[in-house]
Amino acid sequence: MPQSDDNNSAEVPKAREAEEQPLVRFENVVKRYGDNVVLDELDFNVLPGQRVTLIGPSGSGKTTILRLLMTLEQVDDGVIWVDGDPLSHMYRNGALVRASQKHQRGVRKKIGMVFQQLNLFPNMTVRRNITEAPVHTLGMSRDEADERAAELLEMVGLADRIDEHPTRLSGGQQQRVAIARALAMRPEILLLDEVTSALDPELVAGVLDVLREIARTTDITMLAVTHEMGFAKDVSHRVLMFDRGQIVEDGPPERIFSEPREERTKSFLHAVLEAG
Amino acid sequence: MDWGFVGAAVPDLLSGLRYTLLATALGYVLALVLGLAVVIVRRGAPRVVATPVFWVMEFIRSTPLLVQLFFVFYVLPSAGVSLSPLTAGIIALGVHYAAYTAEVYRSGLDGVPTGQWEAARALSLPGGRTWGAVVLPQAVRRVIPALGNYLIAMFKDTPLLFAITVPELLFEANRLGGENFKYLETISAVGVLFIAVSVLSAAGIRLLERRYAAV
Repeated sequence: MPQSDDNNSAEVPKAREAEEQPLVRFENVVKRYGDNVVLDELDFNVLPGQRVTLIGPSGSGKTTILRLLMTLEQVDDGVIWVDGDPLSHMYRNGALVRASQKHQRGVRKKIGMVFQQLNLFPNMTVRRNITEAPVHTLGMSRDEADERAAELLEMVGLADRIDEHPTRLSGGQQQRVAIARALAMRPEILLLDEVTSALDPELVAGVLDVLREIARTTDITMLAVTHEMGFAKDVSHRVLMFDRGQIVEDGPPERIFSEPREERTKSFLHAVLEAG
Repeated sequence: MDWGFVGAAVPDLLSGLRYTLLATALGYVLALVLGLAVVIVRRGAPRVVATPVFWVMEFIRSTPLLVQLFFVFYVLPSAGVSLSPLTAGIIALGVHYAAYTAEVYRSGLDGVPTGQWEAARALSLPGGRTWGAVVLPQAVRRVIPALGNYLIAMFKDTPLLFAITVPELLFEANRLGGENFKYLETISAVGVLFIAVSVLSAAGIRLLERRYAAV
């Protein structure tokens, strides 16, 4: 049995009703690649405004959770809910059936993602990278989108690079642009998939500072897969420890990091902190 | 070598060259557009459509262009489709080379990292924008050299249109040569004109490559 603290504990910023609807809900989610079971009947909820860090050994299914939420992968079984609406499925004549592309497009607009591999569009300027989706997905006017791009770049400290191509920027700068690009869509949920793992060590701090700032100034819900335990401790309300597609331990970072209850959490943290 | 005869033959040879260039240009545009359509169908369409398209393209690449020219010009009329020699030639060239440009596009698209598609999906970009603003601009840069080679290859294949009576360069040269028993002059002139156009085209393609590589 995974050990779990109360999700509605004092760490969540605003007072939450016990019956408050979770923003994200995984219900018996199964994901397999061939014979390899990556997620094994996974159940968990994330409340609005919660910042959750997913930790665990590689191959434990953390990134798969983010990819399922972004609809880059599809569940094999179970249902994912976002803000009360099914994401992996949709209602047809009162029954839940597999979601169509169109249904997923509608629901996933609430979600933004920043990738380990940056994935900026190299053929566009920084400005176009940020404004492309607001203009063409949300139908925002070009002027409004430009203004928003300028604000976001200001926030990530790259206001002067707006007309550059991403290839002219460092990895850390590119990742800050990617964060701005995701936020330009005003998502309710921000998914961060090992966003500093591909960066040179000296560039990591700048990116984490931007994320800390976002955590401090907004109430955006975050799901972050990371190996930066210091960042997890500072920013998250809740840490989920994964192993073999299951949640092994679930609780506030202060407790998980200082007195882990599960043997697997202890050995994982030991290995990570040793390496760090 | 009768230089006087070469000079007198120039107007007729240039008229032939005009047909050659016209067939190349229109055939190439057809190949570019049709090849793109093929690769989009093969990627996006349901399997019942995509699989037959794949086999048709395999078939076209595995049969000689000359046979295809004869088919379009001499066989299609029996099915009620009569085309002028030039139109038949352009269609056969375009369809034949579409089978090759489709492969070039495919490799160009495969070269666009999966992360680009995923980023477009994460931003819920409409399909048209994903293709038009993200994927194709990145793929185009990779495919220019290969597409350029096929342009020159197609240009060098246009003498085959001779076989379906298109009055292109070789057709004119052969006619002039036959009428005057001066094949050395006329056929050499064909060679020179082909070299001139090929070299110019290759230079143009290199210019394009350099422009797009700079992005």
